[in-house]
Amino acid sequence: MATGTIGAFEQSLTDVGVELTRATPATFSETLASVVDEPAVGTPLGFDGVSLKDTPVTTELTPRDLTEAQTGVTPIGRAIAQYGTLVVESNAAGNEPVSLYPPTHVGVVRESDVIEDVTEAMPKLAEQFSDGGSVVFATGASATGDMGALVKGVHGPKTVRVVLVEGL
Amino acid sequence: MSLEERRAKARHIRHLLETEGRAIRENTTVFNEDRYEVSESFDGYEGLRSRARRIKEDAIDRLPELIDRLRESVEANGGELYVADDAADANRYIEAVVDGEDADTVVKSKSMTTEELDVNDHLEAAGVDVWETDLGEFVLQVADESPSHLVGPSLHRSQEDVARLFNERFDPDEPFETAEELTAFARDYLGARIRSADVGMTGANFVLADSGTITLVTNEGNARKTAVTPNTHIAVAGVEKVIPSADELQPFIELIAKAATGQPISQYVTMLTPPVDSPTIDFSRPTEPLGSGDDDRAFHLVLVDNGRMAMRDDDHLEETLYCIRCGACANSCANFQHVGGHAFGGETYTGGIATGWEAGVHGQDSAATFNDFCTGCSRCADACPVKIDIPWINTVVRDRINHESDGAAFDFLVEGLTPDAEPGGLDVQKRLFGNFGTLARVGSATAPLSNRLAELGAVRSAMERFFGVDARRDLPTFERETFADWFDARESPDNDGREVVVYPDAYTNYVLVNRGKAAVRVLEALGAQVELATPQESGRAPLSQGMIRTATRRASAVSADLTTYIDDGFDVVVIEPSDLAAFRREYGKLLDEETHERLAGNSYDVMEYVYGLLNTGADAGVLAEPSEPLAYHSHCQQRTIGVETYTEAVLTDLGFDLLTSDVECCGMAGSFGYKSEYYELSMDVGSDLEAQFADATDRTLVASGTSCTEQLGDLFERDVVHPVELIAPE
Ligand code: SF4
Repeated sequence: MATGTIGAFEQSLTDVGVELTRATPATFSETLASVVDEPAVGTPLGFDGVSLKDTPVTTELTPRDLTEAQTGVTPIGRAIAQYGTLVVESNAAGNEPVSLYPPTHVGVVRESDVIEDVTEAMPKLAEQFSDGGSVVFATGASATGDMGALVKGVHGPKTVRVVLVEGL
Repeated sequence: MSLEERRAKARHIRHLLETEGRAIRENTTVFNEDRYEVSESFDGYEGLRSRARRIKEDAIDRLPELIDRLRESVEANGGELYVADDAADANRYIEAVVDGEDADTVVKSKSMTTEELDVNDHLEAAGVDVWETDLGEFVLQVADESPSHLVGPSLHRSQEDVARLFNERFDPDEPFETAEELTAFARDYLGARIRSADVGMTGANFVLADSGTITLVTNEGNARKTAVTPNTHIAVAGVEKVIPSADELQPFIELIAKAATGQPISQYVTMLTPPVDSPTIDFSRPTEPLGSGDDDRAFHLVLVDNGRMAMRDDDHLEETLYCIRCGACANSCANFQHVGGHAFGGETYTGGIATGWEAGVHGQDSAATFNDFCTGCSRCADACPVKIDIPWINTVVRDRINHESDGAAFDFLVEGLTPDAEPGGLDVQKRLFGNFGTLARVGSATAPLSNRLAELGAVRSAMERFFGVDARRDLPTFERETFADWFDARESPDNDGREVVVYPDAYTNYVLVNRGKAAVRVLEALGAQVELATPQESGRAPLSQGMIRTATRRASAVSADLTTYIDDGFDVVVIEPSDLAAFRREYGKLLDEETHERLAGNSYDVMEYVYGLLNTGADAGVLAEPSEPLAYHSHCQQRTIGVETYTEAVLTDLGFDLLTSDVECCGMAGSFGYKSEYYELSMDVGSDLEAQFADATDRTLVASGTSCTEQLGDLFERDVVHPVELIAPE
């Protein structure tokens, strides 16, 4: 990961209307709290050094939580700088519904997981697929032009935010 | 087609132009412009297209083996694969799955293949509620309409249209007005149905044989919800969607949105290896933890043949199977931009490639209803992310339709009189336009009488009645002294530069003689030794009517003549861009590879050749001084082969003030604009060009192609010249 890649990622996120907030492991809980609207649901991040403990995000999920939450917080497997794409990895904890149902999705990205382009993402995807894994490339908010003008927030989130954890 | 049929068709087109034309034009034009922008700013776009093409060629070639591999993968993952022979078979299987789940409600995300099956009707007849969750499809479901576009099924409807429709159907307390209100309503309405549905049905854009992974490309997020909310997921896809593995997926992920809507990438590229790991979500038990229900996830992949395996064995239709259904061929098509898929489409599919799909899955009769809308302008061939020769598929199917029609009233008159190679039964209008070369020769030999005769009201109305030649069009004026007559009667200068043979196409030889004379003067002034090839039609005219045999005969004669010059070291210079495009593109289908390559490799657009001479030392000072400012429209096929840039470069380098158009096609497109059933559409398409040059009243109108010259002449009622006429010395 070169600094150029992070710069490109930031630019791409701006292009697709996603706000990026930087955090360090030390400031993570506070930063995350500042970008979630409550009630918030989440899935365990699985990253050493940061977690959803001490944040307003609940990780015990019911269908009602999913539909009532204002924000869903998930870890992001990798992020693709060229397009501002967040790679959401489906798992039993519910990354897929948590990133999809609430009107705001906050993706937590480790700096070292930002890769340059789609080509770089492919070898790991191939492995994930052969292990039965599923992933979503999510870029920006859900959108439609079908009602005669571009509208954000259709079946998926209207707002997407990224918390970039530096030093991880 | 009879007079009445032509009139009915014209009425249908007029109705669509009035009701749907505006929304279609706005939406497709934005997609098309954005596609240009994103593809030009993305490094390696062309490389991706080539790779995608190769992957599809290989995958279709190995399809049976890939399907076997896919079956193993899907089953190993715990899903089921069913290969359905046809629509009835697929519907039967899907109904059985739905039945087995005791399902009352099925939610769907957008899938053209399920449209092909009419699966909604089938399930509804069995008592199941089916809901389309893509907003565009939902609009169609409410309106009870068919899709007008592969990607934007309801893009023929404006916001006001949709608001009217929803207000009538749902009668809200506060009438809907804005797109936001309509979207919010549809989201909530469909959200409730997704949460309570028993089965989710999706399509699949790409299916990976090695892992059983399916890829769904969407912007709304409905496919994701549809696939993972109900416990049972049915994915339906044509057999052609299978590619080997994740290694082959990357070019498609990067191409599809760029080609389709001009977005760098779609909002969601969902790659699922079902049954997925995501926890089950049971909204009927809202306070139980996710995943706590006792039902497991189930997955069924239904691969649909429905004629595709037979297409694979058809040398000409096979290429259709490479299609990734991006809709770029529709967006880049001038006719489609105006009339949309409710005319330019068959039972299911729309746009240029629909001819291949409809002929393959629903039969030739379905393709026959709209195949004429393809004028062969070839702009789609450049737009297609997998480089399908869409115009050729249209030509082949047109040829097949010609050969199966059952005899028209005036055959005894035309057959025997015309020197074509087509059997009886061919539509007289097609036969007339397909034999333009002969018409022009006779017209010129009998000019000016032929011209006067052709202007007589009685003659024009007879032409309209019997041949469908619209009386509102000016006919070409044939010159008594042909370009070849003029050339033979003059002395060539004693040049010692390059040896050039000019190809006198039928228009230049008999109608637009001045551009031929100007070309000779320019080439000679630049030092070339110029000869004239045998004047004969290239085969472009019969080809445009789907008369492939006749076209092949012409192509053989033209290439036999021109290759003798090439053997002697001559370069071939072509004035009419549609003929140069035929040499470079379509002759590849009509002639042996070696002949085609030699002719294509040694033929040049006249302005391309002038550019070459000027850049290898010829003196531009001998050419005419730049005079008036210009408004230039290059020819559609000229742009597909990428040679219009030379005209622009030569004129600009010489100091001309140049305004260029950027519409895909002028709307005339050979014979298209002469046909009475299409005249109004042709003029509607022409109005885009008219708008671009509306303020150019002080500029001389310039066009490279004959059709564009005629169309600009009709639109502006002013003279139109070929670029070479502007630079010819006196
Ligand atoms: S033929 Fe090519 S351009 Fe047309 S829909 Fe298919 S892939 Fe897209």
